[in-house]
Amino acid sequence: MQIVAKTGNEAMAEAMRQINPDVVAAYPITPATEVVMIFAQYVADGLVDTEYIPVESEHSAMSACVGASAAGGRVMTGTSSQGLALMYEILPIASALRLPIIMAEVNRALSGPINIHCDHSDTMAARDFGWIQIFSENAQEAYDNMLQAVRIAENTKVNLPAMVTTDGFIISHCMENIKILEDQEVKDFIGEKKVPVSVLDTDHPVTIGALDLQDYYFEHKRQIVDAMGKVAPVILEVAEEFAKKTGRKYGLIEEYKLADAEFAIVALGSTCGTAKVVIDELRAKGIKAGMLKIRVFRPFPAEIIAEKLSPISAIAVMDRSDSYNTQGGPVFTEIRSALYDKGKKPKIVNYIYGLGGRDIMQEDLLSVFNDLKNVGNQPQINYLGVRE
Amino acid sequence: MATLKELSYRKDPLTGGHRACAGCGFPQIVRAILMASKDPVVVTCATGCLEVTSTIFPYSAWTVPFLHNAFENAAATASGMEAALTAFKKKGKIKGNVNVVAFGGDGGTYDIGLQALSGAMERGHNILYVCYNNEAYMNTGVQRSGATPRAANTTTEPAGKVKSGKMRPRKDLTGIMAAHNLPYVAQASVGYYMDLIRKAEKAFATPGPKFMNVLQPCRLGWAYKPELTFEIARLAVQTCTWPIYEVENGKWKLSMKPKDKKPITEFLKLQDRFRHLFRPGNEKLLEDLQAETDKNWETLLERCGAQGGMV
Repeated sequence: MQIVAKTGNEAMAEAMRQINPDVVAAYPITPATEVVMIFAQYVADGLVDTEYIPVESEHSAMSACVGASAAGGRVMTGTSSQGLALMYEILPIASALRLPIIMAEVNRALSGPINIHCDHSDTMAARDFGWIQIFSENAQEAYDNMLQAVRIAENTKVNLPAMVTTDGFIISHCMENIKILEDQEVKDFIGEKKVPVSVLDTDHPVTIGALDLQDYYFEHKRQIVDAMGKVAPVILEVAEEFAKKTGRKYGLIEEYKLADAEFAIVALGSTCGTAKVVIDELRAKGIKAGMLKIRVFRPFPAEIIAEKLSPISAIAVMDRSDSYNTQGGPVFTEIRSALYDKGKKPKIVNYIYGLGGRDIMQEDLLSVFNDLKNVGNQPQINYLGVRE
Repeated sequence: MATLKELSYRKDPLTGGHRACAGCGFPQIVRAILMASKDPVVVTCATGCLEVTSTIFPYSAWTVPFLHNAFENAAATASGMEAALTAFKKKGKIKGNVNVVAFGGDGGTYDIGLQALSGAMERGHNILYVCYNNEAYMNTGVQRSGATPRAANTTTEPAGKVKSGKMRPRKDLTGIMAAHNLPYVAQASVGYYMDLIRKAEKAFATPGPKFMNVLQPCRLGWAYKPELTFEIARLAVQTCTWPIYEVENGKWKLSMKPKDKKPITEFLKLQDRFRHLFRPGNEKLLEDLQAETDKNWETLLERCGAQGGMV
């Protein structure tokens, strides 16, 4: 174990170096470009065995990943925002073909208007493509999640692609001290990829990606849901093994002073770090504030979220993207749905915040907790800090 | 070069019973090209007629490994397969040569897949990309593509009372690929079968990125009798509307110079997609098309800098 100073991008690239995949196909895009640049330098310096494909677009990046993964390779890519959007067509093909591709995704606002800063609109728009989605609060989590994602995605019960996300600039470009494993420890942890079928196996020819009409398409889609249903226990198993190695514990969610909380927020990503400071301040004043951090958004851990939130009197769900359905952000609607069957339900409001990288400050989150004390006197969907 | 008899002993990559139309040209293209490989082949294919007619789940006509990804990304998919192959060879997990072949129709190659093709070729992957070129989007009902010749009737640029089909000539994709400075680029026609096999053998013997543009008459979209596929594919070459040639490391070489260059009407008149050209009032357009063909032919002769020869 070493302690090193790394930005989020550097941490993800370092994880990729240690994972040493067979193939990386990637295209630069702010703020994920550094992941690609750093990795390209590793290739140039002979620090990895990877075949690196510097493609001409993100569409081709994901397409090449599908080709390489169907060939049986351990395959990775990295992107953000418009780049992820350009991949959208191929993302559900990757999951339908059951290819455990790993993506470093740096959350950035989708155009338009064009913007390069953090929100979750890119990743949230990719939530229904059959990919596992893991959010990171900081560079340490980004590194840890990348290593765990390989094990989760490649588990033979799962065989689904996974994206590990950080928040653009806030995590991707900020340097922190992180603890990294030795190369050999990573190698031992991730192991060799198990390849059920390969399109390069000329002795056992297979057809992958056949036209699939009314007779079978539905069953194949059902199998993806079935596999996704097996992901949560695998995540917990992998987390347990990772904790034994590192002492760092992960779950589907993280509770922060939630057990006895009267007021809680739900958030994902870097905002959770700010929220912890605010909660500590409120607790010092005797206010029972807490947080539920969602680490895994796909599959959505509805059961545990409902169980943890149900006893709390008032909840604010923080959404860093909007769904434009006029009923709140994607996290809000999923959480409301998760709570529907609970006998005791909290009062619940939604805050759309931080779009296009607008800062979320401690005082913003304080104002949210203040609102929660008087919940009922405000709209259900709120736009935090926007000029109306 | 392998003889037809020798090829007949090689494994057929495509079984009978696939769902291609009677008279379709591409099964012959697939067979000629893949059977020309001495080494095992792996195939990827763009969405289109070939993929649709050869793979309806749970059936597959492919006896070789086959991957379909999407419409516009066969070249990118092939580049991923080739990269994985290289990685496995370096690690000793795969021994011996395997040829990676991508097939795309003209829609998936000239139009929506051009960027992915250009990128893959520029990056220099050791793949052979084959365009089975039937000059329109045939799978979805004869919509025009960048490969559709001028004046052809298609469903999205039809001939009507004031328009005579496609307004613009097709783009010169083979020339565009030659401009990528590839080690091997070839234009071929399914009607000249041994030439097609010879070119595929040459492509497989050449390391690096290779491109072949193979004319494939489509009896549905070109609207002719199914038994005329090879005749029309030969007439395209004999009228010089689709000359066959190769570009080897930048050197242009004609594969066949017709002894008697036939007028293009010989090619056009067999196909209903050009029927409107033979109505009174379209004489000038026919003349223009002949002049355009002649000009392109002269340009090609200049590029080839030689008289060429019969195949």
